[in-house]
Amino acid sequence: MAEAAGPVLRAPAGRSLSAMVLRRVGMSLLLLLAVSVVVFAGTEFLPGDVAQMVLGQGATPEALAGLREALHLNEPAVLRYLHWLGGLLTGQPGVSLVNGMPVAALIGDRLPNSLLLAGLTALVTVPLALFAGITAAVWRGTLYDRGLTVGTIAAVSVPEFLFATVAVLVFAVRLHWLPALADDVDTDSLRSLARSFALPVLTLALAIFAQMARMTRAALVSTLNSSYIEMAILKGVRPVRLVLRHALPNAIGPIVNAVALSLSFLLGGVVIVETVFDYPGLAKLMVDAVSTRDMPLIQACAMIFCAAYLLLVLLADIAAILSNPRLRHR
Amino acid sequence: MSAALELQPIARRRLSLPLLGLLSGILVLACLLLALLGPVLAPHPPGQIVSPTVFAAPSRVFPLGTDYLGRDMLSRLLVGARYTVGTALPAALLASLLGTGLGMLAAVRGGLTDAVISRAMDTLISFPSLIFSLVIVAALGSSLAVLVGTAAVIYMPGCYRIIRAVAVDIETKDFVRAARARGERTSDIMRHEILPNIVTPVVTDFGLRFMFIVLLVSNLSFLGLGLQPPLSDWGGLVRENLSGLSVGAPAVILPAVAIAVLTVSVTLLVDNLPGRKAAMRER
Amino acid sequence: MNADPPPHVAVSGLTVTGNDGTPIVADLSFAIARGEVLALIGESGSGKTTAALALMGYARPGCRIASGGVRVGETEMLGLGRRALAEFRGQRVSYVAQSAAAAFNPAQRILAQVIEPALVHGTMTRRAAEEKARGLFRVLALPDPEGIGDRFPHQVSGGQLQRLMAAMALINGPALVILDEPSTALDVTTQIEVLRAFKHAVREQGTTALYVSHDLPVVAQLADRVVVLRGGRMQEEAGIARLLAAPEHPYTRSLLAAAAPAPQSPPAVAADAPPLLQVTDLTAGYGGVTAAGVPRVPVLHDLSFAIAKGSALGVIGESGCGKSTLALVVAGLLPLARGEIRLDGALLPARVQDRTPAQLRAVQIVFQMADVALNPASSVAASLSRPLRFYHDLRGAAARRRVAELLDMVRLSPGLAARFPDELSGGQKQRVNLARALAAEPALLLCDEVTSALDTVVGAAVLDLLAELRRELGIAIMFISHDLSTVRAICEQVMILYAGRRVELGGRAALRRRPMHPYTDLLLSSVPELRPGWLEGISFTHLAEAAGGLMPADAQLPCPFFRRCAVHIPGTCDVLLPPHRVLGKGSEILCQRTEAELLDMQQTASAPA
Ligand SMILES: Nc1ncnc2c1ncn2[C@@H]1O[C@H](COP(=O)(O)OP(=O)(O)OP(=O)(O)O)[C@@H](O)[C@H]1O
Ligand code: SF4
Ligand SMILES: [Mg+2]
Repeated sequence: MAEAAGPVLRAPAGRSLSAMVLRRVGMSLLLLLAVSVVVFAGTEFLPGDVAQMVLGQGATPEALAGLREALHLNEPAVLRYLHWLGGLLTGQPGVSLVNGMPVAALIGDRLPNSLLLAGLTALVTVPLALFAGITAAVWRGTLYDRGLTVGTIAAVSVPEFLFATVAVLVFAVRLHWLPALADDVDTDSLRSLARSFALPVLTLALAIFAQMARMTRAALVSTLNSSYIEMAILKGVRPVRLVLRHALPNAIGPIVNAVALSLSFLLGGVVIVETVFDYPGLAKLMVDAVSTRDMPLIQACAMIFCAAYLLLVLLADIAAILSNPRLRHR
Repeated sequence: MSAALELQPIARRRLSLPLLGLLSGILVLACLLLALLGPVLAPHPPGQIVSPTVFAAPSRVFPLGTDYLGRDMLSRLLVGARYTVGTALPAALLASLLGTGLGMLAAVRGGLTDAVISRAMDTLISFPSLIFSLVIVAALGSSLAVLVGTAAVIYMPGCYRIIRAVAVDIETKDFVRAARARGERTSDIMRHEILPNIVTPVVTDFGLRFMFIVLLVSNLSFLGLGLQPPLSDWGGLVRENLSGLSVGAPAVILPAVAIAVLTVSVTLLVDNLPGRKAAMRER
Repeated sequence: MNADPPPHVAVSGLTVTGNDGTPIVADLSFAIARGEVLALIGESGSGKTTAALALMGYARPGCRIASGGVRVGETEMLGLGRRALAEFRGQRVSYVAQSAAAAFNPAQRILAQVIEPALVHGTMTRRAAEEKARGLFRVLALPDPEGIGDRFPHQVSGGQLQRLMAAMALINGPALVILDEPSTALDVTTQIEVLRAFKHAVREQGTTALYVSHDLPVVAQLADRVVVLRGGRMQEEAGIARLLAAPEHPYTRSLLAAAAPAPQSPPAVAADAPPLLQVTDLTAGYGGVTAAGVPRVPVLHDLSFAIAKGSALGVIGESGCGKSTLALVVAGLLPLARGEIRLDGALLPARVQDRTPAQLRAVQIVFQMADVALNPASSVAASLSRPLRFYHDLRGAAARRRVAELLDMVRLSPGLAARFPDELSGGQKQRVNLARALAAEPALLLCDEVTSALDTVVGAAVLDLLAELRRELGIAIMFISHDLSTVRAICEQVMILYAGRRVELGGRAALRRRPMHPYTDLLLSSVPELRPGWLEGISFTHLAEAAGGLMPADAQLPCPFFRRCAVHIPGTCDVLLPPHRVLGKGSEILCQRTEAELLDMQQTASAPA
C-alpha cells in the first residue's frame, strides 16, 4: 500500500541544506563552462580568414602574419579556447575586429544602461505582477481570475515588437506624450529620465508581467489546494489569516522561483526593446556586432547574457530548495 | 493519484472545445491555409511597386494600403505567411520529433543514457533563445536551413524535458513494469506502452514549440538577422516598414498583428485542448 | 465555559450533490446522543467523507450541500452565514482528517497548529491553550508531551501525527468530533496505540463523536452505534452488538462476511513436491551495490525460502519491510546483490534481460494497484494480446479466441474485451490484470497486494477466484499482503518479514500456536478482531512493543526487533546475529530465545492490560 505515514521515520534525503545549495551552484558553474565551449565554437564556423577580414584585401602578408600571431590564430583550437577563457576571466575578452577597441571598454560603456533598463522594469513589474497573481489565486474561478488568465496567456505569446510599435503609435505619434526614441539617456532630471525610459520600460514590463502573474498564480493555487488549507478552514480560520499565515509562507519559495524565472525573460525582451527604441545598451551592441560579424564582441556579450540567465535560474532553484521545510528543520 | 499525470489518450476523448478554443482553432487553420494558398490569393504581385504613394492608406485597390516602396500590403502579407509558417513549422516538427524520441529513450533506458542526454540538453537550455540564435547567425549567416536548424536545436531541449518527465512518470507505472518483467525490448516498450499515453502532451507541446519558434523567427527578422530580402516573412515586413511608424502607417502594425493573431490563437487553442496537462512553464 | 446547550446532534435529510446535480449523499438522517460514538461505515466512494464534511457545513470544490439539516446543540449549522460557520468550526465541531501527514501545515511547528483553534476563536489565552495541549498529549499517550509540540510535522511518526491531530480537534472541548478514517493509513501495530489513545481521550472528555471508517473490526472497538452507508444512502442503522450479531441488511451481511474470509481448502500438493522456486540467502536493495557486494540501501537480508509446485506462500509484514522489493527481485526487475534464486532447480539469472523465454514465461507478476497496472491506452483485448503474441506467438483469430478464454477464466464476460481500463471497475481491472499474467501460462504467480486497493467485498471475490485458479491450473503463488486474514485464507505457508528479515516461516496452522517469534506474537495480537472489547484485551506487553514503531536505526541491529522486543536479552540480542530455530510446531524462527523460554513468556505476558 502507498501509505504516506508509516511508523518508520523515513530518513531525510541525507544531504544538508548548504550542501544541496553548493551542489546546485557548482552545477551552474559547470553549465557556464559548457556554454562557453559552445560560444567559442561559434568562431570556428566562421568562413574565411579572420585576419583577412580584419585587415581587408589590401593587407600585406607580413601584416597578416603578424595579426595571426597576435590573435593566436596559428595555435590549435583548444589552446585558443583556453586563451580566450583566460581573457574572459581576467576581464580582457580581446579586441573588436571591427574598430580595434578593447571589448571590455565597449561593454563597460553599455552594460550599465542595460542594467538600468532591466532594473527599472523589474521594479515596476514585480509588485504589480505579485499583486495580480496573488489576488487571482485567492479569487480563483471568478471573472477577474478568468479574465486575467486569458489575458496573460495571450500576452505571453505576443511578440515584444508589437507591444513596442503600438506603444510608440499611441503615446508618441498619436498623443505626443513621450519621445519615441530614448537615444540620449539623460539622467539629469527625473522628468526627462521618466520620459526617455517610459516606453522601453512599459514594453518590457508588459511582456514580463504576463509571465510573472501567471506563474505566481499557479504557485499559490497549488498551495491553496492542499489538504492543510482545507484543514485550516475546518478549524474555523478566516480567509485573511488563511492566506497570510497558512498559504503564503508555504508559497513563498515557489513564488520567488516564479519571479526569478520570469525575470529571465527580460534577457530576450531587452534585445528587441533596445533595438526598437535605439537604446544604447548591451543588447543593441550585440545585435550591431552580429551585423558586422564582430566575433570577440559577440562572444563576450553572449557570455554575459548566459551568465545572467543562469544566475536567475540558479536563484529560482535555490529558492525552491530553501523553501522546503523538511530541509530547513531537520 | 490526482497529482499523477492524466493518462488519457487524446483519440478517445470526445472533442469538446470551449468557444475560445474553437475560435482560436479556426484562426490557426486560416493562417495555415494562407501559408498554403497565399500567392494564389494575392491580388497584386507582391514584389512589384504598384502604387506611387508610399504608406498609402487602405483603399479599394489596396485594401490594406501600401508599404514603404508602394507595394500592395495585402499581397505582401499573404505571401509573408508562407515564410513565417514555412520556417516555423518544419523547425517545430524537428524539435518535437527529436525531443520526444530522446525524451522517451532517456526515460526508458535511464542510467548513463539519461545522464548524457540530459546534461547535453541542460547546456543547450542555458542560452536565452535569442542570444543563441544571434551567435549562430553571426557564424553561419541566416539561410532558411540555418534558421530551421537553429530554431529546432533551441527548442528541442524544452520538449525533451517535458516528454522525459511525462515518460518517466509513466515508466514507473506498473503496466510498464509488467512489460519489462515479460522481457519486452526497449523499442517495444516505447512504442506500445509509452507513446500511446503521451499523445496529449506531445501534441500540446508541439503547439507551444511552434508558437515559440514563430516568435523567434519573427524577432530575428525584425532585427534584420532572419530571412533576407527578397524573402520577407511577417517579422521582416515589420522591420522594412518601421520608418512608417511616425506617420502611423498600417504597414508597420499589420504584420505584427498577423503574427500575434497566429501565436495567440495557437496558445489559446493549446490551452483549451482537451486533456491538456503539459507545462507552459518552459521558455 | 458558560452553560452548554445539550450536545446532541441531529442530521436530517442531508443531501450533497455534485455540481451537475448527481447526488453523492442522499437523504441521510441520523442522531447522535450526547457522549455517544456513532460510526459511519461504507466502502470507498460510498460518500462517507462527503457526509462527514457536510456535518461541518463544508463541501469540497465540485460539490455542494443541496438540502437537509444538521443541528448541533441548539444551532442549525446549515443555515449559518460564512462568519458564523467559521465561528462554529474548530470550536463546537472539529475534524480529524484521514491523512494527518497532509493535513498538518509543513511550515509550522506542531504546537502552534494544535492551539490555533483556541486562538482564532479566542477561547483561551495562549498560555492556557498550550497548557491544555500538553495535557491532551499526555492523555493521548504521546511521548515527550512537553517537547513534541516544538517539532515540525515531518519530525514525528504517522501514528503520532494522527494523535496530535486528535489533540487539535479536542482543544476547544467541542460538542462533536468527526474522525475520518484516522487509522486507515497506519500499520496494524501502530494502529492499536492510536485506537487506544482515541478511545481513552473520547471517553475521558465525554466527547460526542462521529467515527468514519470502512473497517468493521476497528469500528467494533470504538462505536456505540453504526450507520451503514452505500452509494450515499443509509442501508442500516443499529447498535454495534446487534449489528455484529444479527445484521439485517444483505449488504451489511456481505461486509461482515468479507471482514473475516474463511480459509480456502488448499489443493492437494504432494508433501514432498520438489521446490519450484528456491531462494537462498538473498540480499537485495536499492542504490546500486558497494564494493563489498552489499546494496547501498539494503532492504532484504539473507532470505531463504522455497515454494513447492502448486502451493501458495504468503509473505506478510508492515509497510516498508521489503515485500514489494522481494517480488521485484524474483521477477528480475531489481537485481539481487547476493544469494541465488533457482527455478525448477536451474539458476534464475538476476536480470530479466538474461532470462530465457521459458523462464520469463514461468514467472509472472500481478501488481497491487489495478489502476496503474493496465495500460490506459490499450483495450482489454490489446493488453491481453501482448503476452499471447510475445510468449506463444498467437495472432489474429487464435489470439482472439484465447482472449475470450482468458476472460472466461477470470469470470469476466467476453464483451469486455473491447473496453478500455477507465471503463472498468476496480475489481474488473484486477481480474484483467490477473488474466494478463495467466496469458503466459505461468508456473508461479507473484501477487503483490492484489486485493489491498479493492473494497473488502470485491477483494474477497478476487481471493476466491485466485483459490479456484490454483485448483484448476495448479499454479504456485507467492501472495504478498499486509493483511493477515487474507494471507491465512489462501496460503498454506506463511513467511513473516520484519525489516527485511525472515523472522518466522511456517505452516498456516503453526501460525496460530505459541510459541512464536516475538514479532509474530505482536503482529497477530495487533490485528483487530470483529468483537467489541478486543482493544481492551490487549496485553501491556504488546502495547509497549507496539508503541515503539520501527526506526531506521533498528535495521542496523543484529535483531532489528531488539528495541521493541519485550523479551530481549541485552548484551546478546544487540550484538549477536540471532540463530535459526526450528520450533516443535513446525515453523522456523530467527531468535536468541529458546522455544521453552518463548512459550513461558508468551503465556504469562498475554494477560490483558
Ligand atoms: N526505488 C527505491 N529506492 C530506494 N529505496 C526504496 C525504493 N523502493 C523502495 N525503497 C525502500 O525499500 C524499503 C522496502 O520497500 P518495499 O516497497 O519493498 O516495502 P513493502 O513491504 O512492499 O511496503 P508496502 O506495504 O508499503 O507496500 C522501504 O524502506 C522503501 O522506502
Ligand atoms: S533475538 Fe532477542 S530481541 Fe530479537 S526477537 Fe529474539 S529475543 Fe527479541
Ligand atoms: Mg508494497
